[in-house]
Amino acid sequence: MKWLIFIPMLLLTACDGGLWNNPYPAHDTEQAGKSQSVYYTVFTERPKHLDPAQAYSENEFIFLAQIYQPPLQYHYLKRPYALVPQAASAMPRVRYLDKNNRPLPDNAAAELVAYSVYEIHLKHDLKYQPHPAFARDAEGKLEYHGLSKKEIGRRYTLNDFPNSGTREVTAADYAYQIKRLVHPAIHTPISGLMSEYIVGLKEYAATLQKARQPDSAGLLDLDKYPLEGVQVVDKHTYRIKVYGKYPQFAYWLAMPFFSPMPVEAERFYAQEGMQQKNLTLDWWPVGSGPYYLSENNPNQRMVLTRNPNFSGEAYPLEGEPGDREAGLLADAGKSLPLIDKVVFSLEKETIPYWNKFLQGYYDVAGISSDSFDQAVSMSVSGEANVSEEMRAQGIRLSTSVATSTHYMGFNFLDATVGGNSERARKLRRALAIAIDYEEFISIFANGRGVSAQSPLPPGIFGYREGEAGLNRYVYDWVNGAPKRKSITEAQKLLREAGYANGLDEKTGQPLVIYLDTTATGVGNKSRLDWLRKQFDKINVQLVPRATDYNRFQDKIRRGDTQMFYLGWNADYPDPENFFFLLHGPQGKVAKGGENAANYHNPEFDRLFELMKNMTNSPQRQEIIDRMLEILHRDSPWLWGFHPKDFVLRHSWLYNSKPNKLANNSLKYLRIDAAQRDELRRQWNQPLLWPLWLGGIVLLLSGWGLWRVLRQREEAT
Amino acid sequence: MNFKLVLLWTDAMIFLLLAVALAGAWLIRQRPHLLLPWQRLFRSRIGMVSLLVLSLFIVVGLLDSMHYRVALPDKNGNGQTVYAAEVLSVFDTLVGDLRSQNEKTYSAPMAVYLYAKESMETADGKILREYPRLKYGGAHLQDPQNEHTGDVLKRSLYGLFAGWLGGVLLALLVVSVAAARSRTTARQWVEARQHTPLNAVLASVILLAMLFGLTANLAGAYHVLGTDKVGQDVLYLSLKSIRTGLVIGTVTTLVMLPFALFLGIAAGYFRGWVDDVIQYIYTVLSSIPSVLLIAAAVLMMQVTIEKHGEWFSSSVERADLRLLFLCLILGVTSWTGLCRLLRGEALKLRELEYIQAAQSFGVSSMRILSRHILPNVMHIVLIAVVMDFSALVLAEAVLSYVGVGVDPSTNSFGTLINNARLEMGREPMVWWTLAAAFSFMLVLVLAANLFADAVRDAFDPRLNRTGDAK
Amino acid sequence: MIAYLIRRILYAIPILIGVNLLTFALFFVINTPDDMARVQLGMKRVTPEAIEKWKEQRGYDKPLMFNTQAAGSDKLTDTIFFQKSASMFVFDFGYSDDGRSISREILTRMLPSLVIALPTFVLGLMFYVTFALLMTLFRGTALDVAGVTLCVLLMSISSLFYIIGGQFVVSKLWHWVPISGYAGGADSLRFILLPVLIGIVAGIGSSSRWYRTIFLEEVGRDYVRTARAKGLSELRVLFKHVLKNAMIPILTGVVAVIPLLFMGSLLTESFFGIPGLGSYTIDAIQAQDFGVVRAMVFLGSALYIVGLILTDISYTVVDPRVRLQ
Repeated sequence: MKWLIFIPMLLLTACDGGLWNNPYPAHDTEQAGKSQSVYYTVFTERPKHLDPAQAYSENEFIFLAQIYQPPLQYHYLKRPYALVPQAASAMPRVRYLDKNNRPLPDNAAAELVAYSVYEIHLKHDLKYQPHPAFARDAEGKLEYHGLSKKEIGRRYTLNDFPNSGTREVTAADYAYQIKRLVHPAIHTPISGLMSEYIVGLKEYAATLQKARQPDSAGLLDLDKYPLEGVQVVDKHTYRIKVYGKYPQFAYWLAMPFFSPMPVEAERFYAQEGMQQKNLTLDWWPVGSGPYYLSENNPNQRMVLTRNPNFSGEAYPLEGEPGDREAGLLADAGKSLPLIDKVVFSLEKETIPYWNKFLQGYYDVAGISSDSFDQAVSMSVSGEANVSEEMRAQGIRLSTSVATSTHYMGFNFLDATVGGNSERARKLRRALAIAIDYEEFISIFANGRGVSAQSPLPPGIFGYREGEAGLNRYVYDWVNGAPKRKSITEAQKLLREAGYANGLDEKTGQPLVIYLDTTATGVGNKSRLDWLRKQFDKINVQLVPRATDYNRFQDKIRRGDTQMFYLGWNADYPDPENFFFLLHGPQGKVAKGGENAANYHNPEFDRLFELMKNMTNSPQRQEIIDRMLEILHRDSPWLWGFHPKDFVLRHSWLYNSKPNKLANNSLKYLRIDAAQRDELRRQWNQPLLWPLWLGGIVLLLSGWGLWRVLRQREEAT
Repeated sequence: MNFKLVLLWTDAMIFLLLAVALAGAWLIRQRPHLLLPWQRLFRSRIGMVSLLVLSLFIVVGLLDSMHYRVALPDKNGNGQTVYAAEVLSVFDTLVGDLRSQNEKTYSAPMAVYLYAKESMETADGKILREYPRLKYGGAHLQDPQNEHTGDVLKRSLYGLFAGWLGGVLLALLVVSVAAARSRTTARQWVEARQHTPLNAVLASVILLAMLFGLTANLAGAYHVLGTDKVGQDVLYLSLKSIRTGLVIGTVTTLVMLPFALFLGIAAGYFRGWVDDVIQYIYTVLSSIPSVLLIAAAVLMMQVTIEKHGEWFSSSVERADLRLLFLCLILGVTSWTGLCRLLRGEALKLRELEYIQAAQSFGVSSMRILSRHILPNVMHIVLIAVVMDFSALVLAEAVLSYVGVGVDPSTNSFGTLINNARLEMGREPMVWWTLAAAFSFMLVLVLAANLFADAVRDAFDPRLNRTGDAK
Repeated sequence: MIAYLIRRILYAIPILIGVNLLTFALFFVINTPDDMARVQLGMKRVTPEAIEKWKEQRGYDKPLMFNTQAAGSDKLTDTIFFQKSASMFVFDFGYSDDGRSISREILTRMLPSLVIALPTFVLGLMFYVTFALLMTLFRGTALDVAGVTLCVLLMSISSLFYIIGGQFVVSKLWHWVPISGYAGGADSLRFILLPVLIGIVAGIGSSSRWYRTIFLEEVGRDYVRTARAKGLSELRVLFKHVLKNAMIPILTGVVAVIPLLFMGSLLTESFFGIPGLGSYTIDAIQAQDFGVVRAMVFLGSALYIVGLILTDISYTVVDPRVRLQ
């Protein structure tokens, strides 16, 4: 047992004076002998796709948004969210055409507009990251193209290709990527949607499908097939033609789907033998953004390194009021990015994540409900601030309401809770009153949320503050604040719906409602317990049916549910992106759309079509108000809540401001590495007395045993 | 009170098991040669004390296995009685308020205040952030600052004393009844049993009674082990978890026994192709990593349950069927070990002279198996069963962690630990759920392990020789 | 001997086929290929065409077991089952449902698993044997009783508690090692220390007690009495004779476990964030990635069979009287 004690000693010597509990290799902060500024953060789930045509989730965007450069981006500091150029030299010019392709004035009525043309000019001198796909040999031939399977041999990562090259980003690359959105071998989540809008894209998909030989896995040369709606004007200009007036299209141009894609990259990865090594475009991106992926180990860590060919972007010069005071403009005008390297570590569990943050090994952290009390203290007026303990560590807090909503939907096809009958409506409203989301937010989210009055979260056009936005069927406006109606009210509604005291008048049986959730994991029991308590208030029995995600999706698709939990994260800040979740023609069961509640109200659908393509204006607001009134009355969802994001960051991190839509915010951040080293050292001194104590106990007991043994030997 | 009995699947299994055990006991009493190892067991002090502790757990589990639905006060339009959808157990009724007295969220053991601050409005309209009083815990105290400690002490002492009194009375009652039956005085009866663990058992009875008195008296006014995230009493949750643990530990055995017994003996006795087939089956089953097999099977079962929502009239029944399935699956994955043991034993037994003789007299194979082989392997079965019990209780916790354990709405040690694990990250730390799960599980498994040791010592003649420390 | 080995290996084939059939059946009762596609394609905007495309690309558009449309032997071979299982026998595991090569993944993840499992196994074995020997040495005394009691106590604690407690005390309170994570090379020492320690402690109870029984059995034999009668000291008897003879059942008992060390430990790896095969398995179960689950089951079964064969061989090695037939 004694040897056990020596291992920590060994450890001590192995760490060359570093901290024992440093979870990073010592060489991390150095590059060729020079120290680098490194930003440490986490990813909680391994990304599935790193191809910008396929990726469509948060944990993929956190990487892709740093690597690829679509034409537009969201302004980092300004609120409400505004688009600014990224790869484009200016905001795209939009021209409207009528159905004969004749130009229309900018203020033409929406019905007249048959096409809109977006013309995008790119910045000059944009260059791709160093990548073997561009490497050229002495004769100027692409070096790593046309490799045989044997030549690829034992190369497993891009670092196994010694040479790399780059080239300028051109408008053709952007056009190429748009064509890839309907490539038959690639699944693009928005291909259906974009086919509705981009002229000729649907036909193009059919053309490609035909062009592809049924059994050839080889490369499809997209350049051979022109796409009507996308036109390359010159090296730095291209045009996209979309049907009708579609103002939201500009938002799509800020997403990685519209990044440039060099054809060399696709050809490089298409060589035989590459896929077996996981060398695919879906795994090793080729971008022109501020960072490139230098270490790709999704089981452990992903490292982004500054792209040496990136230039031409500066820190914004202005922000919203208060930003200058908060020090967010200190770096205004400096060229980006400000950090050399970003290390993402895989951290699936919240506890290690949180503890490593406290030890200074992560620079930012969200707050799980369990560590909330430790991190945040609410002031008397309900304002959140970091707790004393955190303040002593120099940790700062920023909050923002997420552009998302968590709701509980009723299936409109269900005989009990669904449908447009007055009876079902009353039942739904009774439940809406009974389920006290304010308490839910306070217990499970520690108050980090706003109970929702409608699907629209704050910050989205159409959202109304205060009394004007109140859901009068559930709340009363009392003393300048919303107050949930009483349980008596809910019981009355329930009685009117024919379930007096929770019993079905017709059968006399208790009313039982089924809730489908995917909440099978840790910590969800308490949520279900809480919900059951809420239903108990009006004597309705709740039966939660927790299933895995597959089964849940399947039930939603077949409409085999009564109530279900879901959430939605905005693609872009427009009310259309929320209302379409309730648009009748996009019903889940009928059309396989996103309307999981299968809600259907002709008047609402008519207004939705009207509102959809309008630019933000008082008329639009007026239509939205009418839509909200319909929703409040029908109550197809329990509106649930909009989560508030609380982000903690250490004192050595500068320029951090939560931006729920811009995923490419890493380039703005700055780190004071010296301060970080100093504080880490202070916080992580190992406690040594247990070691000595353990050693002494061991020695003593060893000696004791030996003594006893000696005595026994002597006795015999 | 009008009520309707509900017989859940696992309840049925438990009572079946109980019936089997009672029948077995009656059978054994009839046959002195079978009684012998049991008498050895009854002389083991550790064995008897751990059996006592175990039987306490079993009583809780049994009480928690009698389910019913209460009739609602109003009848429906047709004059039929309507029953509440909620399924209760006798245990729920016995503990009464413990089940329903929920606080808002966390509170520490014996606390009077909630564990987190809240904004409160004072009488004069000011808003303060304070620790609010609990709704039930210590609600009888007027001035908790000063009265709290005294009240807790007073209640503890009363509880201990009442428990002691009860324990002593119970011990006296048992001794005098037993003495009366054997027509001796109590003193003689006790003295005649000096070499049995009677004294230890009686002492444990008194100690346990004191513990019971203490807990019961305190639980009336406080949350003895605190409350969890949604304010449920942790003591109640821990006690409810016992049944799940027992079901997993025993029903699994019940399910796997027939397979293991029949196939194991058959393989060893018949040999030839029967042996080959059976060996093939169990090698295949045991070569798959058990977690993977269990995971796949549990997922499959979930689908089945989902597809047949109409089988269940309440969520309790759904959760219960899932528990039963879990037992089945655990049974399927764990029968191979016992099967192999039995096969080996049967191989040995079939070579014995009297069995050879029976064969040559033309006694049918079935008869030989049931009359001669089966009784001679029963001690192996018994030892394997008690040894497996604790392993299964521990396995449940791990499986729940991996996400293929019991239904999340079922109270079990696994779900308790899983929830508690996240609470460890809280600051100030919420330690009591984990501590409660830890201690309850430790006591249960420890008692089971010690009892298993005693059983093995008593039944396995081979091991007796080595003189294992008692 | 060689003939025996060949026979054992041939015998393994039907077992592996059985294993494959069983996993296949279990998995596809739960999961239709449509389900798998949906999990992989994410939650937003998934169209039926996309699902068909996904299935086609990964070869899940064929019938499961029996192709009624094909001709001749294709009826059996042009199916998901055949296409996905046949290649496993040459250890080509194909691609996981998210499109990564499973063989490659297994190769890279094997090392971290071994780095944890091997020291736990070797150091653990050494420690348990030492501890059991000590108990045997002091048999019949209060120390022995205390040791056995400690064993039973340690046995009765769920391994979850060891991990939770160890992380809390050693990493969080004492700052001795990182809470979780892993790095290759010399850095790995910091990361494996705690998992290995916990692994050893969690095994003390059952293993030491088992070895103690073996030692006691050995101590009771005649040759030990003779040796003692000759005046050899207790320590010499224990170390020279008892240890040597008792190691035979101990070693033949643990040989079966060695190949399974490759599979890693599910709990330890997922709690400590170690990118080994154990956490791979858990992730695959949770993501319902059929390709990976199937590969891991196959690997596990194959290793198990290797373990059985090793056990048989070890018997002949330690005891030449045993002949394999």
